[in-house]
Amino acid sequence: MNPRFKLLLFLMAGLVVAFAPLPVPAIAPQARTFELDARQFTYSPSELSVNQGDTVTIHLVSTDVVHGLYVDGYDVSVEADPGQSATLTFVADKPGSFRFRCNITCGAMHPFMIGKLTVGTNNWLYRSITILLLALFALILIRPAKQARTT
Amino acid sequence: MELTHIPFIKNALKNRYPQLAVFIVMLVGYIFAILAGLIGTPVGSHNFSIVFVWIAWWAILILIAVPFFGRGWCAVCPIPLPGEWLQRGAILSPPDKRPKWLNLRVPKMFRNIWLQNISFLLLALFSSVLLTTPNITGIVLAAMLFAAIGLSTVFERRAFCRYLCPVGGFIGLYSQTAPIELRIKDKQVCVNCEGKPCYNGSSAGYGCPWDVFPGGLTKNTYCGLCMECIRTCPHDNIAVNLRPFSADLAKPTTRMDEAFKAFIMLGSAIIYAGVLLGPWGMLKDAAYNVGSGAWFIYAAVFLAIIFIVLPGLFTLGILNTKNTLPLKHRFASLSTALIPLGLVFWVAFSLSFVLTNASYILAALSDPLGLGWNLFGTANIAWQPMLTSILAPAQTLALVGGLIWSARTAQKAASETHTSPIPVIIYCFILTAVMLWLLL
Repeated sequence: MNPRFKLLLFLMAGLVVAFAPLPVPAIAPQARTFELDARQFTYSPSELSVNQGDTVTIHLVSTDVVHGLYVDGYDVSVEADPGQSATLTFVADKPGSFRFRCNITCGAMHPFMIGKLTVGTNNWLYRSITILLLALFALILIRPAKQARTT
Repeated sequence: MELTHIPFIKNALKNRYPQLAVFIVMLVGYIFAILAGLIGTPVGSHNFSIVFVWIAWWAILILIAVPFFGRGWCAVCPIPLPGEWLQRGAILSPPDKRPKWLNLRVPKMFRNIWLQNISFLLLALFSSVLLTTPNITGIVLAAMLFAAIGLSTVFERRAFCRYLCPVGGFIGLYSQTAPIELRIKDKQVCVNCEGKPCYNGSSAGYGCPWDVFPGGLTKNTYCGLCMECIRTCPHDNIAVNLRPFSADLAKPTTRMDEAFKAFIMLGSAIIYAGVLLGPWGMLKDAAYNVGSGAWFIYAAVFLAIIFIVLPGLFTLGILNTKNTLPLKHRFASLSTALIPLGLVFWVAFSLSFVLTNASYILAALSDPLGLGWNLFGTANIAWQPMLTSILAPAQTLALVGGLIWSARTAQKAASETHTSPIPVIIYCFILTAVMLWLLL
């Protein structure tokens, strides 16, 4: 098979993997509540998992200084004073993996005070690794014409 | 394509004044960064030294300067300037024959990049503190300036830049991928040239500050694009060319210092992605609390990953490839494939860090010392991450592209050494998958 044709096949497969719509599991949305402790420079728990469509309520409790919580991709945030709790509620309607981070300068490592929210399945990660696998097979199976001729 | 064929570009590069103007701006900025670090607010996100060094400058360096201009940053870096002016006893005057200082040759055992590898690792181990604490950044910047001055009074040329600078080490490595190069036009002209003023200097200018003979340049790694040779060459035989990306990688390295540089940069990017951008607070605590038991464990693991795990797995992968070449030669040559991968890992890591924190730049511009100024009316701009919706696709594109780039490099290096590239490609695949998992 012509190497260019093989490359085209792999490219098309890559596009399908990247953009093909995936079925959304039919899980009834629930109300999910989390209590999140924030201290310099970590959240506890630092990883949260919910289903797509869930109504997520986060009670942010700051244990040392003022901390915030901003969720990438959802553009929602809340702040808590030391020893106080603050509540953030939003509907997790976008699937994927999102970082949440402190948005109030709380000390030296503030830019790296990060947690992770997973909504549904982290489809983008799986798509990316599949694309990577396709690239790997393409690299092994498709040899440039010049190299094929010299061997 | 020869860029110096264009009169405007040639004149701009040959003329010392445009470069001097850029140098002065950079030097003023650098000194201000030191002062801001030492006397400004301790709050990193509101201090010029942290924001303009670790966000703005780093973004420009790793996303634009290195991939597209190779050692372009070195061409305008202010660090060697005071030492060089002292060494020459002049800023713009032509050289005289008598050296002003000791002018010693760097000892042979140091004429490699091992010191640069070590200096980068030292910064890397302390990076959580360095990237976030203004006075530490100020001290490190000042230390680099004084080290460059000190070395200029003892050794010839730009000894700091060539053999010690922690940044120059990886810029040199990754400059091999850039589409810009400085090369001679005609080798025979250099063979017949008397005096070799490009290396030894003349009344037109100084000998190569980077201790490189331009006539023998085949790679970008050690050419700092200072343009001195373009000014001194009496035969107009030196050109700046546009070329395909990663042209230098067609000539794999055989040097272990360069091979390990590739592993150091690759490993550091992976570790930073996990520690700084990951959700694991325990790792951040360990990395930040320098001197604690946890930090020593972190440092040991950091060094083990870079010097044992990554090279060890790489060696295991290439061990059984049937070949008559010594393993050391194969190791160094095939590690060339890690250069584009490492660059792309740093691009992917930096995109996340920079886009999240770029909004601090305008605020720090108006209030560089965090004292409540508002010079340009932007001091109160609220923090807001930028372009987060395209970050994941951009990182995926970069990493997949990096894997393809590395694999192609591995295939070329393997054909030079008559061995199989498959183990290296699989190795690159595994590391790229790990990086994707850490970032997405």
